[in-house]
Amino acid sequence: MIIKPYGDTLNDGAVQFSFTLPVSAGLRADEAAKQFVIGLGFNECEVCFSKSLSENFTFFVVYGKTDKGINWDNIKVDETASEFMDFYEINDFIKEKIGRKIVVVGACTGFDAHTVGIDAIMNMKGYDHHYGLERYPMVEAYNLGAQVSNEKLIEFAKKVNADAILVSQIVTQKDVHIQNLTEFVEMVEAEKIREKTIIVAGGPRINAKLAMELGFDMGFGKGCFAEHVATFIVKKMAERQEK
Amino acid sequence: MGKLNLSQEKISHARKLAEKITEPVQSFIEKNTTVTVERATLRILGADDVNADGVPVPNIIVDELTDKLQYGTAKFYINALIRTGKTPSELNEAIAEGLDIDEFELVDMKLIKEKSTELLQNFKKRVKKNVEYRNKKLTDFSLNEKNPLLYVIVATGNIYEDVKQAKSAVSQGADVVAVIRTTAQSLLDYVPYGPTTEGFGGTYATQENFKIMRKALDEAGDKEKRYIRLVNYCSGLCMPEIAAMGAMERLDMMLNDSMYGILFRDINMYRTFVDQNFSRMINAFADIVINTGEDNYLTTSDAYEKAYTVLASQLINEKFAHRAGMKSKLLGLGHAFEMDPKIENGFLYELAQAQMAREIFPECPLKYMPPTKFMTGNIFMGVAMNTLFNFVSKTTNQGIHLLGMLTEAIHTPFMQDRYLALENANYVMNNIKSLGEEIEFKKDGIIMQRAASVLDQTVEFLEKIDKQGLFSAVEEGMFADIKRFKQGGKGFEGVYEKSPEYWNPVEQFLIKELRKGE
Repeated sequence: MIIKPYGDTLNDGAVQFSFTLPVSAGLRADEAAKQFVIGLGFNECEVCFSKSLSENFTFFVVYGKTDKGINWDNIKVDETASEFMDFYEINDFIKEKIGRKIVVVGACTGFDAHTVGIDAIMNMKGYDHHYGLERYPMVEAYNLGAQVSNEKLIEFAKKVNADAILVSQIVTQKDVHIQNLTEFVEMVEAEKIREKTIIVAGGPRINAKLAMELGFDMGFGKGCFAEHVATFIVKKMAERQEK
Repeated sequence: MGKLNLSQEKISHARKLAEKITEPVQSFIEKNTTVTVERATLRILGADDVNADGVPVPNIIVDELTDKLQYGTAKFYINALIRTGKTPSELNEAIAEGLDIDEFELVDMKLIKEKSTELLQNFKKRVKKNVEYRNKKLTDFSLNEKNPLLYVIVATGNIYEDVKQAKSAVSQGADVVAVIRTTAQSLLDYVPYGPTTEGFGGTYATQENFKIMRKALDEAGDKEKRYIRLVNYCSGLCMPEIAAMGAMERLDMMLNDSMYGILFRDINMYRTFVDQNFSRMINAFADIVINTGEDNYLTTSDAYEKAYTVLASQLINEKFAHRAGMKSKLLGLGHAFEMDPKIENGFLYELAQAQMAREIFPECPLKYMPPTKFMTGNIFMGVAMNTLFNFVSKTTNQGIHLLGMLTEAIHTPFMQDRYLALENANYVMNNIKSLGEEIEFKKDGIIMQRAASVLDQTVEFLEKIDKQGLFSAVEEGMFADIKRFKQGGKGFEGVYEKSPEYWNPVEQFLIKELRKGE
């Protein structure tokens, strides 16, 4: 089935545009806006509003209609991407499925002094409009910062009875992150908290495959935000509860 | 008299509580210095420039003098000036090339003091000239001054691109331009140097970038016959240094909160309290309006439930600012329009709270922040919410109005987004210009009751904090549900207890100047 945008009649292909061109306002600018939209594959273009923003910039609202359609039957998406919950869904999920605040402890371990990764995931302010775990009302989050030894991190996690521990590794020179992460997993096992604690690794060179090979439950790399990490933790916790 | 019939007794009780709460903190502040207080002091005396690795000279000096910080670093810098006979810029260059000023034997303190007076006169002249320039422009263009001032943000990462966006916004009617800082600059324990063209989600705050934007706004403002105010961020690990640069480059406003760094950036509480005080002394001397960060409490917690945390924080910010020597006319106390748009009568509650802030702080140019938390990417709903926000702001006579962007939560504003926001605000504010003077509120109606209940909750909350002490209250998570430990957070290692021989001519100078005006 071929579909097209719907304005007021099926298959009319009506689309609304608003954009700015770096030119002075005037008839020539309006014509440029119109031809720009025609060039995108639209016809019946109407520049219904234009306004000078400053000497060399003009804003336009344009309507156009297109003949191009898209075959609905051929549209496939990766459903896994939509499996992540957002801030509100995660909090509701914890309330419903877990029934108490969850405790998450995070740190950048070893000699690595870069807090940027763990801060992006944990700090109030978060990163790029994605709030960090500290802002989640149903998460008790402890960010221990950088240059934390594996011993200290585990000791603290035991003290606050952590449900999950996040280990951030930014520096990967001479594979120092591999040593650090391996040592961490061994220590968690030795302390006999591996069973009840979810352990997660993160950093620009970390991915799920590497993390799981090293014995973590999951790993998160570039482009991941707090909600990705939180979704994984809470689902895993709920899964374990059911067992 | 106000329109809300608020209990004056409760208001003055709340103020007394804020005074009691801040008192022990202030006495801690006075006994301590920090690395950035020292660096700001050095900057004011003339330290500037960077070495080949980009390390600022003030950082080089303070790092060299780590074991002497408790005595104040000023005398060592001034001593080096006297010993070498160099000007500050010649000395800065020598330090950048490796000269260690710690190696010079100290000359007689009398000579150092004389020299400090001379250096401080340079600073005083420069800042006073800035204040005079600003006041003259404000008088010349007073007929075109809007109320509230319309505030926009630029954040391209490239200072030259920021200039284009800012100029366009000015020609559309913006009165205030803030250059957002790059992500995480607040956690750098130094201030970068020179003009910058790369940043993420914002542009580095550097003295050179201040200068570039200042010049552009002066040009754009002269053309439009309005004085355009420039804003930056006096927050993070370098609060007083940014204040010093802002004073020198004629910034007009600074985001500057007494507790924001502690709660939202995990900066150590002792560090922040000491830093905010010194930064506010500098801001006060340069006649710079501060904008406090109460909006953050509402994006973190529920804006209806936690409204009292805003008023409590405003009272604490007010008290700390007064203690630093700031006058109320420089206090842009913050609050925000952040209630869930689904709440029935939400508009009435927002109106009640904005009016309440106006009545409790009649001399302050309140800073009102737009909806952000419930902006979803539906730009059309966003326009509707921003319109109501504009309505409340004008009706309750706010001072500094940060314009809501229809593309909030999508991207940093496009040029056209600012135009649409300015058009919306100008439309609403002109259309309802005198509404605030026309309306009264129904006695014991929803609006009056809401304001009374927020005030009651505030008093109760402040009483609890007073009992705990502010340091412990922060530790217990009483603000924004965030727990911060006394010895935790960033920058704690940069706090030093002053020895009895501590000497800081800039601090003495500022205290004297600020008292003069009283």
